[in-house]
Amino acid sequence: MTDFRIQGATGEWEVVIGLEVHAQVTSNAKLFSGASTTFGAEPNTQVSLVDAAMPGMLPVPNAECIRQAVRTGMAIGATINRWSRFDRKNYFYADLPQGYQISQLYHPLVGEGALEIENGDATKRIGVERIHVEQDAGKLMHDQHPTRSYVDLNRSGVALMEIVSRPDMRSPAEAGAYLRKLRAILRYVGSCDGNMEEGSMRADVNVSVRKPGDELGTRTETKNVNSVRFVMAAIEHEARRQVELIEDGGAVVQETRLFDPDRGVTRSMRSKEDAQDYRYFPDPDLLPLELDDAFLDECRASLPELPDAKRARYEALGVTRYNAEVLTAEVETARWFDALLDAGAKPAPASNWVAGELFGALNRLGVGIETSPVTPARAAELLALIADGTLSGSLAKQVFEVMLETGDAPAAIVDARGLRQTSDTGAIETEIAKVLAANEGKVAEYRSGKDKLFGFFVGQTMKAMAGKANPGVVNELLKKALG
Amino acid sequence: MSVDTNTVERIARLARIALRDGEAERLAPELGNILGWIEQLGEVDTRGVEAMTAVMPNTLRLRDDVVTDGGIREQLMANAPQAEHGFFTVPKVIE
Amino acid sequence: MTALTDLGVRAIRDGVRTGAFSAREVADAFIVAVSRAKPLNAFLVETPDHALAAAAAADTARANGELLKPLAGVPIGMKDLFCTAGVPTTAASHMLEGFTPTYESTVSAQLWGAGAGMLGKLNMDQFAMGSSNETSYFGNVVSPWKRSDGGNAPLAPGGSSGGSSAAVAARLCPGATGTDTGGSIRQPAAFTGISGIKPTYGRCSRWGVVAFASSLDQAGPMARDVTDCAIMLEGMAGFDAKDATSLRLDVPRWEAGLNPSMAGKRVGVPREYRVDGMPEEIEALWQRGCDWLRDAGAEVVEVSLPHTRYALPAYYIIAPAEASSNLARYDGVRYGLRDLPDGAGLQDMYAATRADGFGPEVKRRIMIGTYVLSAGFYDAYYTQAQKVRTLIARDFEHAWESCDVLLTPTAPSAAFALGEKSADPLAMYLNDVFTVPSSLAGLPAMSVPGGLDKAGLPLGLQVIGKPLDEQGVLNACLALEQRAGFFARPEAWW
Ligand SMILES: [Mg+2]
Ligand SMILES: [Zn+2]
Repeated sequence: MTDFRIQGATGEWEVVIGLEVHAQVTSNAKLFSGASTTFGAEPNTQVSLVDAAMPGMLPVPNAECIRQAVRTGMAIGATINRWSRFDRKNYFYADLPQGYQISQLYHPLVGEGALEIENGDATKRIGVERIHVEQDAGKLMHDQHPTRSYVDLNRSGVALMEIVSRPDMRSPAEAGAYLRKLRAILRYVGSCDGNMEEGSMRADVNVSVRKPGDELGTRTETKNVNSVRFVMAAIEHEARRQVELIEDGGAVVQETRLFDPDRGVTRSMRSKEDAQDYRYFPDPDLLPLELDDAFLDECRASLPELPDAKRARYEALGVTRYNAEVLTAEVETARWFDALLDAGAKPAPASNWVAGELFGALNRLGVGIETSPVTPARAAELLALIADGTLSGSLAKQVFEVMLETGDAPAAIVDARGLRQTSDTGAIETEIAKVLAANEGKVAEYRSGKDKLFGFFVGQTMKAMAGKANPGVVNELLKKALG
Repeated sequence: MSVDTNTVERIARLARIALRDGEAERLAPELGNILGWIEQLGEVDTRGVEAMTAVMPNTLRLRDDVVTDGGIREQLMANAPQAEHGFFTVPKVIE
Repeated sequence: MTALTDLGVRAIRDGVRTGAFSAREVADAFIVAVSRAKPLNAFLVETPDHALAAAAAADTARANGELLKPLAGVPIGMKDLFCTAGVPTTAASHMLEGFTPTYESTVSAQLWGAGAGMLGKLNMDQFAMGSSNETSYFGNVVSPWKRSDGGNAPLAPGGSSGGSSAAVAARLCPGATGTDTGGSIRQPAAFTGISGIKPTYGRCSRWGVVAFASSLDQAGPMARDVTDCAIMLEGMAGFDAKDATSLRLDVPRWEAGLNPSMAGKRVGVPREYRVDGMPEEIEALWQRGCDWLRDAGAEVVEVSLPHTRYALPAYYIIAPAEASSNLARYDGVRYGLRDLPDGAGLQDMYAATRADGFGPEVKRRIMIGTYVLSAGFYDAYYTQAQKVRTLIARDFEHAWESCDVLLTPTAPSAAFALGEKSADPLAMYLNDVFTVPSSLAGLPAMSVPGGLDKAGLPLGLQVIGKPLDEQGVLNACLALEQRAGFFARPEAWW
């Protein structure tokens, strides 16, 4: 992997990046209340008395949210802390009804783990410092009224995992790869839907710059960036801004910044305000969270095969590294491909067909693999017809087109349309004789050494056979006939 | 222990309690007196002592992931000082 | 025949069951008593309709030959810290003036479910912060007691459950709910010559109770005697899935288990509770308490709780710290007071609302709590206090190796005059010196009247028990009650 460097007036600068990703935990109900988490409801209709912090209301944790965070931790090989605790982070804002966020500072649920990113041919390990569980805030709307902001608490109390990386990334590309990999793992595990448009995943981006080999520089934190592309752009901009600032004799201030996607720049959020003092302390409404073996065993047992393991397995089955990576990048693709293998398809040709034919067709149709008009079972039938010689590559393409339109079984299409490949030597020999007779000149040229013409005779024969001849048989018979 | 008016003002700001004129001056010695008294805790040798986390031996119970609440907007807003179109409202926040 | 308002919880329950009188008659008698007792300022809201409806239900059930509920026909007072659906709940603060919950606290709901009716919401120290009921936004509660030595100053009924103590002592209700964070049931009970028990932390649900300090707050009953407290506590206690700190335990049948014999029991007397400047009369009462329990068959042993003197400072870190966070929700956005000065932004609105809505003592504690949690101070104050709390709990555990219950005075003095201590917050805090340690350790503790001082004011004795041993506490208190022969009651001057 080539090192990413920013060229400054005083030389090269290295960028140091850490990401804090907030991922919404997939659950029916909120972290501490029984209100629904469904996206897009009417304002304040998915709010309980607890979420609105009415007097005397108390939090009771949702087991599924804890379970999903533990499974996520296990998926990145992290330490699971059997003893953890919820703390309150105190601050005043209109989207925070309690005046504090229930989070975990001192004793998070999940400790040290890591995930591997691909960058070209190399893999790089990015450390994950911790994963803790916390409440989301509500939403403020500023454009509804000239002098008022509107408060919608539907999101208030929805469970988030905060996944804190080590400052191990050194380029926007690595940060992008980390986010994509993390998203893939979350979606494999099923602990977060990874839907960045709906805010299910957003990142706080910590960036600092230094001369290679120097101590860490002062970092800034750009909050709530909600797409991979924006994260990369924010890093790019922020790193350049810091380099320019330092080279102009200034100093980076540790501060919170915002990314403006329209202009591609970051800007300071609250520079002059007092340093935040969140007065964290253990939430006295909640006891320490203690997990037993049975709980952890169930979490572990319910983990699916994860992207890295799946990719290795595919490679061991003869799938190329490139195909294996493509097929495992999204959980839906991998699921589809596994179903294809389960239906009896041979891994290597199946992987080529999925990565080539199927992806091409889905792209053209503009649909995701989970809504593919051709099911894995039907695709396996098609691949079997290719494997047993019933269909040639070009016939298979024709059959597949029909399948996409009708969803019919490939065998039925072959029968109905007479698309079966033939290995009938008699019929093929007849056509070869006709082709050679019609092209005596070319036959002579071939026999005098112009080998390249062999392809011409294959093409002519196939055409005469309406594409249904077995190419192998055609080759063999042609060689014999041409001497 | 003495608490100065700057400290009182900082704490009041953190707690979002507006101070009237002269209030910080009045509160400073009062809080200093209480905090000074509290400081005797420093005498206690607590090396090797765990901070209390649960006063009664009890483990945190977890709820099932079932939607049992919500859909009570009227109730939520029944006591709201100001609300419109199903939203609570606050003075416009400039971010 | 004695007036119906002279009857306690058990007498009313039994009388309604046997038909000696109707629940309606009882409710009417107390409703009248409440309406005539305005000078005490014990009630913030009167709810005669609630009491009458419960009475009607009891009378109808009896007429139909149904089995009566455990508290059928018993009208009670409800501390204004409990949220009551459709009935204003203010925690005696300006902040919640006009707030009417749409929901019912678990404890109050259980009491109504057990057949009790509500006479009204009881005044208290604002947000349960105070020991004299002088911090209520709606005015002081005045104790029904007067000094017999000529001093005619209005007296404090104790706090924070001062409306409850005054109302029960003045026979405005046979029983009332209280809450106790550092002594708020026991100290007012002692000041007014009634009984009150704070159960083990986790016995009574905190759901729907306006929070002061979550790790300490416990609800409990206040009534005229031990039996009445046992009956009410059975109605209030119980597991609640909505409170994560609630104990998943069946409610013992405390009333049935009452037994005043202390044979084979050891009573510990903690030597550290003999504090400087404690009035001799209290020391003497404590000695009498020991004698009474010996008389009931107990062996009295001296025990040591070495960290006692640190309990109060630890409490005044932990409770304000929790309160500073618990009270952050009062911000003028969703309910309660909103103070929006001209041109104010959101943060100004918060600051103005909270400056106006909270009384001086509440602000003081929020400030202390904010300070001890703030950056750089957290470990020195909060962590150290929680470690000291561990040591205090350990002291009690050691004590249980040599005794079954502890006997102490409830408060270091009899009731003082309103205004006497309100200028000095520290002097006020010292009132809870005997009640706070057991609160920090989550233990059940009860105050029963032991006698009168020279000025004719009640003094209380406190019994502290092992975790979950409310029965042991109630029994020891019953033994004291039977021997103390405390029948004094305030002369009705209101
Ligand atoms: Mg962050
Ligand atoms: Zn977070």
